[in-house]
Amino acid sequence: MTKLIVGLAGNPNVGKTTVFNQLTGMHQHVGNWPGKTVEKAEGYFSHGDYEYQIVDLPGNYALSAHSIEEIVSRDFIVDDDSDVIVNVVDAANIERNLYLTVQMMELGANMILALNMNDFAKRREHYINIDLMSELLGFPIIEINAKKNEGIEELLNTIEKQAANPLNTSEKLAYGAELKEHLDELQELIEKDNDLLDVPSVWTAIKLLEKDSIVIQKVQQSPMSSKIMVEVDKVSKHLNDIYNESSEEVIANARYAFIDGLIAEAVDKPEVEKPSISDRIDNVLTHRVFAIPIFLVIMWVMFQIVFTIGSPMQEFIDAVFTQWGQIAASSIPNPYLASFVQKGLFCGVGGVLTFLPIIFLMFLCLSFLEDCGYLARAAFTLDLVMHKLVGLHGKAFIPMILGFGCGVPAVMATRTMEHESDRILAMMLIPFMSCTARLPIYAIFTAAFFPDHAGTMLMVMYLLGILVALIVATLLKRTMFKGMSAPFVMELPTYKLPSMKGILIHTWEKVKGFIKKAATIILAAVVIIWVLSIFPLGVAYGSQQSLLGMIGSAVAPIFAPLGFGTWQAAVAIIAGLLAKEAIVGTLGTLGGLDEDDEEGITSLVRETFTPLSAFSFMAFSLLYVPCIAVLGVIKQETNSIKWPVLMTAITLISAYVVTFLIFNIGTLLGFG
Amino acid sequence: MVKTLKDVKPGETVTIVKYHHSGDVELRRHLLGMGFVKGTKIHVKKVAPFGDPIEMSIRGCDICLRKDEAENIEVI
Repeated sequence: MTKLIVGLAGNPNVGKTTVFNQLTGMHQHVGNWPGKTVEKAEGYFSHGDYEYQIVDLPGNYALSAHSIEEIVSRDFIVDDDSDVIVNVVDAANIERNLYLTVQMMELGANMILALNMNDFAKRREHYINIDLMSELLGFPIIEINAKKNEGIEELLNTIEKQAANPLNTSEKLAYGAELKEHLDELQELIEKDNDLLDVPSVWTAIKLLEKDSIVIQKVQQSPMSSKIMVEVDKVSKHLNDIYNESSEEVIANARYAFIDGLIAEAVDKPEVEKPSISDRIDNVLTHRVFAIPIFLVIMWVMFQIVFTIGSPMQEFIDAVFTQWGQIAASSIPNPYLASFVQKGLFCGVGGVLTFLPIIFLMFLCLSFLEDCGYLARAAFTLDLVMHKLVGLHGKAFIPMILGFGCGVPAVMATRTMEHESDRILAMMLIPFMSCTARLPIYAIFTAAFFPDHAGTMLMVMYLLGILVALIVATLLKRTMFKGMSAPFVMELPTYKLPSMKGILIHTWEKVKGFIKKAATIILAAVVIIWVLSIFPLGVAYGSQQSLLGMIGSAVAPIFAPLGFGTWQAAVAIIAGLLAKEAIVGTLGTLGGLDEDDEEGITSLVRETFTPLSAFSFMAFSLLYVPCIAVLGVIKQETNSIKWPVLMTAITLISAYVVTFLIFNIGTLLGFG
Repeated sequence: MVKTLKDVKPGETVTIVKYHHSGDVELRRHLLGMGFVKGTKIHVKKVAPFGDPIEMSIRGCDICLRKDEAENIEVI
């Protein structure tokens, strides 16, 4: 068996992942690139005498130092011992796609071009002379249809042949006499330092002219650095004098000139593009008047699928685990062990599993919307609102809407945004969207104090959350996220019917990721709360004498300025970290009631709160730390403990400040 | 008056004259890579329902850009 490492490179939306799924099926491993938040998908399979390891590189337009995704991809091509790079190219968009190809040629990558979506191209009357194109480029081009799994066999055979006889693909690259002359001068200097020759010198020369920060840093380590940099400045200035353009532009121009030449020779396409089916669909979906109503309907349907179908499944799982917990506990003679099994193990595992239906359904919907091309249109339609209001990307709309259902799938939905800063800012705002787990709290407190204005109070809570989110967003944008604003350039891909296989594989990966990573945090939190509730041994579970009660009593004075400085309220708030609906049940059990006794809890609340402190408590419950599950999933998505910790701080501070203002201004106004 | 991509009406096709340095550096680099170089034709297709961003077709693919950035691209 011979081992082959193959990298899949290409622009976004070219079917790269479809090729990956076709090749590897379920034998994939999705992790992260070392030290990066960028997802790394690897897969394994064997073909004939070869054992393949396929790495799905992030979808990129270029190989600059522009984003982590691009850096990851180029590092892979430069450093890793990949045998072959397969460049997946969308035949209908070959011009723009070749820009990345050309940059890999600069690196001399041992490359094969896999031409995908040929049926699309032919429908648009684009005809590519593959033999001629391949001759001009100097490496093989294989026609494939990733969705139908056609041409894959030929691709694999070509990979195997080319792995044995690597090609230097930079040979046919031609950037015009003027630029070439200056590149040659630079290359000559670069080649004097052997340490710089781990990559082709032409590539280093080009990157220096492009002012690529990473390559400049590397060159600065070289003994030749001053000579090289002086030459770079000289050439840049010279190019600027001739073309009246910066050296970066001259290089982009040269690459496109090379591509334009290729296209002119080997591609036959109509002078005027005829309107595609995509354009016709777009006339409706991004229509000036209909776009918003259509978006709202699609969101409504998605919300219904995820939560209306998902919630009963959640309740079912919860009920089953509660029951099993009771059955298991009743067969264990030791009361402490029984309690651990029931309230620690079964509650914890059940608590994790209840999220699975909604995560599964959410990803099914989201992958569908993303793969078919609608997501980009929704972002296009709504970008102005999101951008002007919160400084967020148009795509942040969907996580925010999902946030009203449950924060866990909402956080996971932020992954559709390409830039990390957009993604993280959106995550930081999700907890302020009032999720359904807060509803039982509102229900009890409004029933106790504002029975005639229940609807209004509910509305006030939702609006309060949105208002605080807007304020927090503005503050974050001015401080932590200052200058991190990711620009909005987005491709609107042609509409297509997504592949069910791809969607299912993707959804499964995400669900698996949740179970593996977020679940441990949720489980740990459940066990910690159980330990705090049962110790010291012998006290009533979660009572004032338990560790939890003691902590509650200790922190209660902190809540006094907010209007609810009782140990019961404090314990309920701590218990609410597990899941916010636990707040109500905890208040009940601490009052000696059954946790399901709504009427009893309502009257208990009426006795222990005033209308103002009740309102204040509701606001605090809305705003403070989202449940552990959300923190866990943020840790999972960002691959760092920093963001969940920051979110805890932000939510605690904003909850405290807002509630403090509500209670004290309310008292001054005489509502106390 | 200098005409920029921001002023182009939907349905018009224009040619890039110069990409000015006034905007975000990284974005400019990114857009150069997407083919926003001198002499390239751009067909403006549509403006989003709220008036921003703009959708355009360049080198056979559809891209959308905010007006803030489109302003830096001089066209005729």
